[in-house]
Amino acid sequence: MEAASTAAAAGGRPEAPSLRAARRRYGEDLIKGLLVVAALISLLTTTGIVYALVKETIVFFGEVGVGEFLFGTKWTPLFGDPSFGVLPLIAGTFATTLIALVVAIPLGLGAAIYLSEYARPRVRKTIKPMLELLAGVPTIVFGYFALTFFTPEILRSFLHMDVAIFNALAAGIIIGFLIIPIVASISEDSMRSVPQALREGAFGLGASKFQVSLRVVFPAALSGIVASIVLAMSRAVGETMVVLIAGGQQPQWGADVGKSMETLTAFIGATAKGDAATGSTAYKTIFAVGTTLFVITLAMNLLSIRFVRKYRQVYE
Amino acid sequence: MSARQDAIGQATASQRIKDLAFRLALLACLALAIGLLVVLLVDVALDGVGALDWDFINNFTSITADKAGIQAGLWGTIWLMGVCAFFIVPVGVATAIYLEEYGDPTKWWNRLIELNIQNLAAVPSIVYGILGLAFLVRGPLSLGNVVLAGGLTLALLVLPMVIIAGREALRAVPSSIREGSMALGATQWQTIWRQVLPAAVPGIATGVILALSRAIGETAPLIVVGAVAVIAFNPEGLDSQFTAMPIQIFDWISRASNDVNNYRPLAAAGILLLMILLLAMNSVAIWLRNRYEQKW
Repeated sequence: MEAASTAAAAGGRPEAPSLRAARRRYGEDLIKGLLVVAALISLLTTTGIVYALVKETIVFFGEVGVGEFLFGTKWTPLFGDPSFGVLPLIAGTFATTLIALVVAIPLGLGAAIYLSEYARPRVRKTIKPMLELLAGVPTIVFGYFALTFFTPEILRSFLHMDVAIFNALAAGIIIGFLIIPIVASISEDSMRSVPQALREGAFGLGASKFQVSLRVVFPAALSGIVASIVLAMSRAVGETMVVLIAGGQQPQWGADVGKSMETLTAFIGATAKGDAATGSTAYKTIFAVGTTLFVITLAMNLLSIRFVRKYRQVYE
Repeated sequence: MSARQDAIGQATASQRIKDLAFRLALLACLALAIGLLVVLLVDVALDGVGALDWDFINNFTSITADKAGIQAGLWGTIWLMGVCAFFIVPVGVATAIYLEEYGDPTKWWNRLIELNIQNLAAVPSIVYGILGLAFLVRGPLSLGNVVLAGGLTLALLVLPMVIIAGREALRAVPSSIREGSMALGATQWQTIWRQVLPAAVPGIATGVILALSRAIGETAPLIVVGAVAVIAFNPEGLDSQFTAMPIQIFDWISRASNDVNNYRPLAAAGILLLMILLLAMNSVAIWLRNRYEQKW
């Protein structure tokens, strides 16, 4: 980017001859134009998402009241006598996300503190790729694992819990493991960017490693930690395959996590799988639920981006 | 690090016990996370290894579990990855070049593009499926549920990853290279094309492979754009209907619990094959990074 300010300023002396190109190079302009077009594709993607969602959602709300959708507690859109209350789907999403966070926050932060404050460089170098591997496993694999191993072997046989084969608890816990790498890697990044001088100052005052980690480094890295949690939360809200496979498709307006709870994403997946015809009620509900999902995750993403900027600014 | 405390001679016994307990708790967190990964891999391997043979790779799916294979899914995935790579390499790299080399980061429109890409990277994958359904499969382009629509949907999904990796690779090329080239009279594009880009290729290639390895396992967007689960032919072109490995696996998982045929080993074998492909791709990415990465 510095290079972009051309070589004209390079000489520095006022009497230096102009080093600008003698004539305008149209080829260069053309290339720059093409690059701008490529960059606009990402903006178009967002515009496309918003347009597609909003357009069909407006049609949907022409038939279903906004109040019924947002505050209704019964979700049976494909029944003969349909109800369009989205709250049961929100409850399902909220339940699985909350369970996931209960798993991912302590484990992810614990891993982050260990990697940032305790692990020797060599240990860190071997463990970080393993966490990356955990992040790289396709979510359908986690779904399979939740349904065929975690629920029957761990929850039922090992812990003797009385859970349905499709249940929100297993889906939530497995999503929790899936988002650990997000919490751990961003938090670790933020802890490691805390200046060494802060740690040394605390050690100099006689603090133990434990105190330094929890009372100096942790608060100093807080904005990055919050960012990682919000981002992980957004990921948990948007996760589809685990809940579609292991969470079941029975919308539930309640909090019995041992039973099936349908989430926003699972509804979209299950309905789209049936190949909904354009203009049908099923087709429109995909978009209305999609809009709800998009708005929730967008708010979280923007919040998380703000927090990341904050920690980057403070120490870099 | 306890040596430091001994030297200071301040740490009391209770403090040391607390320290040790804390350290063990942290280790337990890590062990639990990695332990689950190990259990998962072992479980899938035990379930699937019996079914993973040449017939499995060479057969189409079938109503009898014994005869079912993943050929259509494998070829579908190969086609999808081809479309995806064909799109993300030029568009991703061009966007990265624009943002790193041309765009003035203080201008609001460039900041908007940047913020937009950061947000797109975190949009749930199923929402991209909705985008593909509304614009590619139906609506303006109306391609139908074909390879091109599926591949482009996945491409849009992983494009932010390529852009972010590409920018990092470009940023790692020191500005002295650019200045040297420009001082010799090269134009800005000549500088980028002949000096900066070649130096950034390993980083970009790594980013592209990692993006493809994300795309290969994505299931939800393909479900929404209408990949067909039961199909007994390989795609013949961009306008062919298709299935993909994860779609096939999902279909078998859904069947496992309600059919007299046992599809569970098939699902596990499919997952094993998928994981082997993923591991191969990741190894290539890591090898590329280590082999060609330049330290300036």
